[in-house]
Amino acid sequence: MKRTMARLLTTAALAVTATAGMAEEKVVVFHFFEYMPQELIEKFTAETGIEIVMDTYDSNEAMLATLKAGAMGTYDVAVPADYMVKIMAADGMLDAIGEGELANKGNIEQQWLDVAFDQGRQYSIPYQWGSTSFAVNRDVYQGDIATTAILFDSPAELAGKVNMLDSQGEVMAMASIHMGISQCSTDRDQLKALNEMLQAAKPNWVSFNSDTAKEVLVSGDAAAGMIWNGFNAKARSEGANTEYAYPKQGYIVWMDNMALLKDAPNRANALKLMDFLLEPENVAILTNWTQYSAGVEGVTPLLDEELRTLPEANPPADAGPGVFIEACDEATQAVYDRIWTELKQ
Amino acid sequence: MAAGAAGGGVTSDTYKAARPWLLLPAWSVLALLSLAPVLMMLVYSFLTKEFRGGVIWEFSLAAYDQFFFDRGLFGDEPPKIQWTYLAIFWRSIWQAGSATLMSLLIGFPTAYFIATRPARQRPVWVFLITIPYWVNLLIRTVSMKFLLREQGPLNDFLLFTGVIDSPLQIVNTNLAVQLGLFYSYLPFMVLPIYAAVERYDFALSEAAADLYASKWTTLRRILLPAIRPGVIAGCILVFVPSLGSFLAPDLLGGARNFMIGSLIEEQFKGNAGNWPFGAATSMILLSMVLVILLLFARQQARSENRGRG
Amino acid sequence: MAQGKLDIRSYRGFRALTFLCLVILYAPLVVVTVYSFNDSNSITTWDGLSLRWYVDVFTGPESAKFKTAAVNSFVIAITAATVSTVIATLAATGMIRAGRFRLRTLSFGLISLPLMVPEIVTAVATLIFFNAIALERGLLSIVLAHIVFCIPFAYLPISARMQGIEADCEQAALDLYATRRQAFTRILLPLMTPGIVSGFLLAFIVSLDDFIITNFVKGAGVETLPTAIFGAVKRGIQPNIMAISTLLLGVSVVLVTLSYFVSKSDSPK
Repeated sequence: MKRTMARLLTTAALAVTATAGMAEEKVVVFHFFEYMPQELIEKFTAETGIEIVMDTYDSNEAMLATLKAGAMGTYDVAVPADYMVKIMAADGMLDAIGEGELANKGNIEQQWLDVAFDQGRQYSIPYQWGSTSFAVNRDVYQGDIATTAILFDSPAELAGKVNMLDSQGEVMAMASIHMGISQCSTDRDQLKALNEMLQAAKPNWVSFNSDTAKEVLVSGDAAAGMIWNGFNAKARSEGANTEYAYPKQGYIVWMDNMALLKDAPNRANALKLMDFLLEPENVAILTNWTQYSAGVEGVTPLLDEELRTLPEANPPADAGPGVFIEACDEATQAVYDRIWTELKQ
Repeated sequence: MAAGAAGGGVTSDTYKAARPWLLLPAWSVLALLSLAPVLMMLVYSFLTKEFRGGVIWEFSLAAYDQFFFDRGLFGDEPPKIQWTYLAIFWRSIWQAGSATLMSLLIGFPTAYFIATRPARQRPVWVFLITIPYWVNLLIRTVSMKFLLREQGPLNDFLLFTGVIDSPLQIVNTNLAVQLGLFYSYLPFMVLPIYAAVERYDFALSEAAADLYASKWTTLRRILLPAIRPGVIAGCILVFVPSLGSFLAPDLLGGARNFMIGSLIEEQFKGNAGNWPFGAATSMILLSMVLVILLLFARQQARSENRGRG
Repeated sequence: MAQGKLDIRSYRGFRALTFLCLVILYAPLVVVTVYSFNDSNSITTWDGLSLRWYVDVFTGPESAKFKTAAVNSFVIAITAATVSTVIATLAATGMIRAGRFRLRTLSFGLISLPLMVPEIVTAVATLIFFNAIALERGLLSIVLAHIVFCIPFAYLPISARMQGIEADCEQAALDLYATRRQAFTRILLPLMTPGIVSGFLLAFIVSLDDFIITNFVKGAGVETLPTAIFGAVKRGIQPNIMAISTLLLGVSVVLVTLSYFVSKSDSPK
């Protein structure tokens, strides 16, 4: 009987390894959902013979949580946003890219090379950058939308029809912009006011959805919703009459970066993928699809004509400032975590 | 599932000598992979949380403190009762309770009807009731969402028949979650009640009828008390899994209002990243469930004794 | 049968409610099945019958992903169901054919533990445990987690069947100088076959269906059908998801029907 057990376990182990060993050369990418076109994945495999194995997440926080819950050492690269690169680097979750390990490192645009969240691009390369604010269905609401009040003090037409991103960092940053306070404020009165403002705004929200942020606008389930700029361009191309807002109070700017993870099982292949994503030709394919912006030199001439005039990619003159999300210290973050839980309870 | 004696009666002692070897695989696998994880979770609930996920191996009551006491936004006010999480638990209880009630209202007549069919037909009816349970829960929840959508078949049908003038907004409401849970676990309500009614001796009802009790009085005063354990078993089988459900609130409720399941999930895979708190919440949920099961077992034992006496 | 007796048993409206119950249970499944044959790109409009989404499932852009997920799901389900059925069969013999013993109630408690603990709690506990023992996430971690919750599902039909088999059968063999091992393998096991098959099939379906626990313990890039479907539906229900769902629905229905007839066939005297 023990022998039977042993045999069964061996069979199981064999089956397991057989399935795992199917791909000879691979790179395991932990990626934001819907963020890499199939065309590019196939092109990479065709050029290098390396297969891309992809898992997706729907917020930076969820990615961090999953990695911390024992997934380190199984993924090669992840695509954290600016503030998250800083958090992960500080936590020792990223692996430094040595000098000369990336042949195309020189292609990174100057302004994205010495960034505060990754000085000298030690751990990451630019993937895409863009903005987060919100879009409004113009069939439902025709008034002025260049204000964060659309989300936090919704006009009657939009009340009860607003979708928020299920992403603590982005919702909190947007709320801070609306209140005109700093993102990691430690001022008690400001934080109390922030909490009360969010509680008052919540009845106007129909759902917290990141992965359906675009679909709810297209289907009409929500008449306004927080969204990333490129996603709204896609929503429009799918037939939604939505307009992306650049509020006068300001909006969130982000850069997503492909970062090399510590204990990457396929480190060499990961570097090849990074080099691939620094080639202007490939970045152009990516950017034309995502409709965000690239951080690589020489991409602009290769972009689709309409991308240049895309309203989502061109903030109007009277738009407020674009700000990056800040990573707060532990004590401050605890307060923001509480506000978030109260908001979602 | 609540079938009488634990694990069925003993029929012989043929393999007495081999008993340790026969039970060893089950014992070791379950102790190692079912019991040990729960104990480990208990330990984790008393550890210190690491910033943004993970634990520090230092004893702490912070997780339970966070659950039960409100120390203000900044954690330095005198403790008050923490309503945030109790409210989430209460909402889960309410949602699961509503789903249970709905299942009972539909499930009881169904179970009764099936149990009063000719003996040869009954297995077929039971089979029909069980099939949907074996269909992937995820797929059933998705199907429910598809059916209930604003432009979905249900609204189309109701609009077409003129029952309503404008589509009902059901998805992303509490009702949608309740309907989803009701739908997920309805077979669990039917089966134990069916088993109880099948064993019921209808001579009792006939005796009541002979004494001029009305049919509904007979149902209420004679049948219901006799099949009570079955009804309670059905309610528990619907209520308990509903309580910790994750799919229905997430897919049908728009993730707008937390239930226990989503609260726990958020601690490990979402924004919060507070493992000890997630472990503590899980322990509290588990204790609640075990208390319910214990009460049920005692009640069951009592009614069995009554039956014998 | 006397008219009066029938009358006492039947209540007005119960038949209607039973049919309502069946409608509720089947309507969503029927609707999804019907719409999986929709020719339209959108799930909201009906453009006539077509098999295009089934073609899409096998050849479309996402087919590779779903194929891998399906292979994973079946490898996991077969392994978990086999192991848990073996464990459950041995345990049932130990519980039912090996006399009374002091730890019996406790043993039964342990076997049914996975049924009592809410799924989300099992998921969290397993995640924490695997993390603490630094078990690498992958197919193996999923299989281990699945074996555990499959055991009670395999145990229930197996033990029910074993109780139905008279001990005299093996006793007769023993009286004829068969060893206990022979009595077990030549007499008990063959008689047990329907129960074992039915236990295996139930364990198989339960494993194939699991989402919550798998989602917590799965590793990088290892998707099962439910996790792949969940990922896809979070982004809105697409027609190809309905086709996959219908296929999976078909597998479940076939297996349950099989299990039903196997367990019904030559029921023990």
